[in-house]
Amino acid sequence: MTSASAIVLKVIGLSLRFGGLMAIDDVTFEVRDGEVLSLIGPNGAGKTSVFNAITGYLRPQTGDILYKGNRLSGLQPHAIAARGVVRTFQKTSLFGGQTVFGNVLIGLHLSARQRPLAIILGLSSVARDERKLEDSAWDILRFMGLESRAHELGSALSYGDQRLLEVAIALAAHPRLPLLDEPVSGMNPTEKIRFMRMLDEIRREGTTILLVEHDMRTVMDASDRIICLNNGRIIADGTPREIQSHPEVVRAYLGERATRAGG
Amino acid sequence: MTRWKSALIIGFLATIPLWLTSPYFLHILITTGIFIIAAMSLNLLLGFTGQLSLGHVAFFGIGAYVSALLSLGFEVHVADDFALGVAPKPVWLSMLFGTFAAGLCGFALGKIAFKVRGAYFVIVSISFAEVVRLVAVNWVELTQGPMALNNIPPLKLGTPDLLELSFLRKPACFYLVLAISAACYVIIRRLVNSHAGRAMIALRENEPLAMSVGIDVTRYLVLAAVISAAMAGAAGALYAHYVRIVDPDIFLFIYTVIMVIMVVTGGKGTLAGPIVGGIIFGLLPELLRALGIKPELQWIAFGVVMILVVFLLPQGIVPALDNRWKNRKRHPPDVKPSIHVGSGAPR
Amino acid sequence: MDQFLQHCLNALMLGGIYALLGIGLTLIFGIMRVVNFTHGELYAFGAYMMYAFVMRLSIGFFLALTLATVLGVVLGAAIEFVLLRQLRSSDIDVTMLVMIGTWIALQNTEQLAWTGVAQSIASPFPADPITLGGLSVSWNRAFVFAVAILLVATTYFLVNRTKLGMAMRATFQDRETAALMGVRIERVHTMTFALGSGLAAAAGALLGPVFVVTPTMGDLAAAKAFAVVILGGMGNLVGATLGGFILAFAEEIGVGYISSGYRDAMGFLLIILILLVRPTGLFAREERIS
Repeated sequence: MTSASAIVLKVIGLSLRFGGLMAIDDVTFEVRDGEVLSLIGPNGAGKTSVFNAITGYLRPQTGDILYKGNRLSGLQPHAIAARGVVRTFQKTSLFGGQTVFGNVLIGLHLSARQRPLAIILGLSSVARDERKLEDSAWDILRFMGLESRAHELGSALSYGDQRLLEVAIALAAHPRLPLLDEPVSGMNPTEKIRFMRMLDEIRREGTTILLVEHDMRTVMDASDRIICLNNGRIIADGTPREIQSHPEVVRAYLGERATRAGG
Repeated sequence: MTRWKSALIIGFLATIPLWLTSPYFLHILITTGIFIIAAMSLNLLLGFTGQLSLGHVAFFGIGAYVSALLSLGFEVHVADDFALGVAPKPVWLSMLFGTFAAGLCGFALGKIAFKVRGAYFVIVSISFAEVVRLVAVNWVELTQGPMALNNIPPLKLGTPDLLELSFLRKPACFYLVLAISAACYVIIRRLVNSHAGRAMIALRENEPLAMSVGIDVTRYLVLAAVISAAMAGAAGALYAHYVRIVDPDIFLFIYTVIMVIMVVTGGKGTLAGPIVGGIIFGLLPELLRALGIKPELQWIAFGVVMILVVFLLPQGIVPALDNRWKNRKRHPPDVKPSIHVGSGAPR
Repeated sequence: MDQFLQHCLNALMLGGIYALLGIGLTLIFGIMRVVNFTHGELYAFGAYMMYAFVMRLSIGFFLALTLATVLGVVLGAAIEFVLLRQLRSSDIDVTMLVMIGTWIALQNTEQLAWTGVAQSIASPFPADPITLGGLSVSWNRAFVFAVAILLVATTYFLVNRTKLGMAMRATFQDRETAALMGVRIERVHTMTFALGSGLAAAAGALLGPVFVVTPTMGDLAAAKAFAVVILGGMGNLVGATLGGFILAFAEEIGVGYISSGYRDAMGFLLIILILLVRPTGLFAREERIS
């Protein structure tokens, strides 16, 4: 990754306080075009809080977030998603009462033309648009390997399939910068491999990805660059090889290391 | 439900005034139909979008009063020597205004719903309806208060020289209510099966996730509220020009409760639910009255039914029947699945 | 000026009752997060029991008062145990529907049992009011005020100084942790609902002799109770007490100088206003009941 790569996301001086606790403390970093950047750090380091701040779910006290030069700070989550910054959630998050197909259709919301009057009047262009959406949904389900489960309820899926569905929903929103929050947590090795393959395909298309993960092997294999957080602060920023032997990172994980053996 | 089945049902319903000539039964069917429209509108907000709106009767009543007042004409003194007078308007225009006024209130409620959540929204919506009721009772100059608005003109379409349709007699009113309720059903079905409807369902099921895929929660809350309120207002306007007398009791909380019972018992979040619930709770009181059962007992029965439905059939009748039916059939593997709307299959 | 002071005195008397109605509901609302549609019915129940005891069974006034309150506690506990407990894990809208169903059933049972005719209850107090300077207040109302304040104070004591009260406060603040610490949440819920219902019944029993007793009297009482709870903040006893007086003053002063028909609208308008502007209530402090 040359330093001449375009900067896609700039986080500048981000600080977030909860009650008396500094969840994020003066965090500054950049994400370059086409790279996979992982945020790591022990529990409570502030990784998900950074995601929440970037995507508008939490309002930071100070700091700025710029996406392709445009300010994201202060926007509502749906507006940020509309700009192509789409996040997944740490805890399994689905539309449980809907079918798998329905879930992905909802994810395709941004692709639909907003025309309430046309809908009510039942214009045939609406039906045509619907069919296009349904075709896109099938494409995504096939890409994720979920098309055989299309008519099952989201809540009835196995855990691994639910996690895949979550990614499918996020993909449906056509993210230009996906933020994946612990996507492989709870997956068995086979599911992880499947996920990695899918991640590779997305990368090949040149999509920039921001990742929060605990699973060290996934992080080392998938990432171009890693940023390590601890107590809300950045303690390291470099390539996987640099991070692996970084003394601060090792120290931060001491005690966590044994329970977080990758894979 | 396929187009053919729907056409058949509508066709059958259309024949009713031809063989059911008793004005009493027609009256029951007409008022039940009006209530079904109100219940369908409530279902959009309560069932599909998951908003605990218990002030729905306010929209119904506002539609009724605005339409009635415009068709009768009115004069109010806003200051000591300044009077605002409105000449009587044609009924069809008044009804449109009534629908519009209700929709406007729905807009306000939708905006509030975003700020005020859960149990608090329940209380706000009930309070809103009560304030409107008290205004209707006390602003006697405008509304005649408890003495009611009388002699509300019926709907007349066309011109006296050419073809004039007068919706005064019961059979004509029956067809009018049938037509409007069918139209409302179609509107809701189209909405629910579109991306807008999916957005409403999404924000009911998982709001943070909905936001993360770009769904503007406020926008869809407001959309649901406006359409829901406007439809209820239309039902109210229909009511005003059918019964032709409107008093502040139309705003009583108990009518919201009836609508809620219809929606919940039938199956909230399903298209057929409010219709099934509406038929049951529209016709049941008459049946009980015919059997000589005291109204208090009837209400106790309603209360008990509500509790039982919550415990035994928590999704309502339509989804329960749906599940029963699905367990008997098997899905052919190559059928393209349809999106599940709420908790029932689309009809 | 005398008029104004009289209004203030009336408001004071009324405020005591509103506070009594409010603190029961704020506890239920705060600890159980239930929109208690039956609160008004417990109020009416208390009034009807008072009527039954005093007018039909010729039981002494003060004994009847106590009995009516106790029965209110029992009825509240029964409702919680039979209905609400089963719905512990359900959504708020489910609980709400059950409460509405119960409200309908209770009100119409009352209608059926006692007919809709307004009943009056004889009280043992002299008919002539107490006069102080240019102000007057009836014995009945003064008694009602005194008992209301007493009950409010008792509730304070219960919530702040007893083990049960501590359990209630813990459940309000953090249900899960409280459960982990050994608080029996189920029992807390039953006690809370029973207490709140008992207070509502007491309010009804107290006011029955002052006004008349009708099956629908609970509806208005419930509306006032909710207004008080919103004013004061959910779970906030001090807030509910103060809220009761604020509502009473708003109504009395409003009635005096604006139209009387809109008096009842005052409560609803305040609700809407507060929820829009300061949803946590006028007196919200940290999340705790005290």
